Amino acid sequence: MKHLLLAATLSLTASAALACETVTVGDLSVEHGWSKVTIGAGRPGVFYVSISNSGATDDALVGISTPAAGMPMLHETVVKDGVASMPHAMSIPVPAGQSVQLSPGGYHGMLMGLTAALKEGDSFPVTLSFEKAGEVTVNVEVLSLRAEGPDCADAGQ
Amino acid sequence: MRLRRLQLGLWVAAIAAMIIFAGTRWAIQGEGVAETSPAFTPVFTLADEEGRIRTSAEFRGKFLLVFFGFTNCPDVCPTTLSDVAQVMDDLGADAEKVQPLFVSIDPERDRRLGLAAYTAAFHPAILGLAGTEAETQAAANSFKIFYGRENDAAAPDGYSMAHSPGLFLIGPDGEWLRQFTYGTPAAEILSYLQTRF
Ligand SMILES: [Cu+2]
Repeated sequence: MKHLLLAATLSLTASAALACETVTVGDLSVEHGWSKVTIGAGRPGVFYVSISNSGATDDALVGISTPAAGMPMLHETVVKDGVASMPHAMSIPVPAGQSVQLSPGGYHGMLMGLTAALKEGDSFPVTLSFEKAGEVTVNVEVLSLRAEGPDCADAGQ
Repeated sequence: MRLRRLQLGLWVAAIAAMIIFAGTRWAIQGEGVAETSPAFTPVFTLADEEGRIRTSAEFRGKFLLVFFGFTNCPDVCPTTLSDVAQVMDDLGADAEKVQPLFVSIDPERDRRLGLAAYTAAFHPAILGLAGTEAETQAAANSFKIFYGRENDAAAPDGYSMAHSPGLFLIGPDGEWLRQFTYGTPAAEILSYLQTRF
């Protein structure tokens, strides 16, 4: 854990390609891990990512961990009757043959207890835990407040 | 006789519950149903980032883009404030006709975390307002929007806020013009504003 933290602190000059890397575990592939600049370390950060399941078995994302935050959690922004709230998501389904996005206005990782403020260009690892496929770690790139996602050549594939 | 009194009490309680429920529904509908609604003039009296009291009346002559949110909100609030920032940039010389306001619905914590640094990170034109609990509730009622505190042991400080995520447009005469629902692209907000100048 210590060396991950060090890596997270040192990698301040991540290339734009970082968020575009795809990592796989079993039938799952995970890519476009990104986050947004935080205003100070006292406010939570956010984590977005794309997951696709090319297998024949349903899976689910059940947790995240990262050296960048003491209390990372899965949340879902829900707008119901004109009121937005973000309850804890116990698990995020990743059905067979489908992909799921953690993206603005929907599912997101909520990074509470940040070790340091997130600055544009920083990067840090996030380990995703799946019910069946197990764990996989992605590199997450910190983008500007106005970013809507990483700019990958293969985006939208 | 005692039974009748009990029955009466139950009726009173039931009617009170219905009135409260209807009131809540009505408050929510201000946000949820129509993008435009019959004319009304929302008012507020709230302290700004420096503690000065600001009122709705002093902004007459400008369009107001009003967002109710809280700074501990990493998903919905930054998206809307980024859109507002983009609109302000794209307005060019017309930017002086529009005053964007961020009204904190979590004023005590937001003042502690720093309201000025938060709004400035999005755009220098955005003015942050954080009143007392009563002033904030009065402003929300006047805008016919809802917010509430949700206790959540897993959230920072043990709670999170639920709120109407729309962006509200007030005209230069103080009248409510419309809301932009959450996720309305900045370009759409911009072109609507341009039709009103
Ligand atoms: Cu959240």
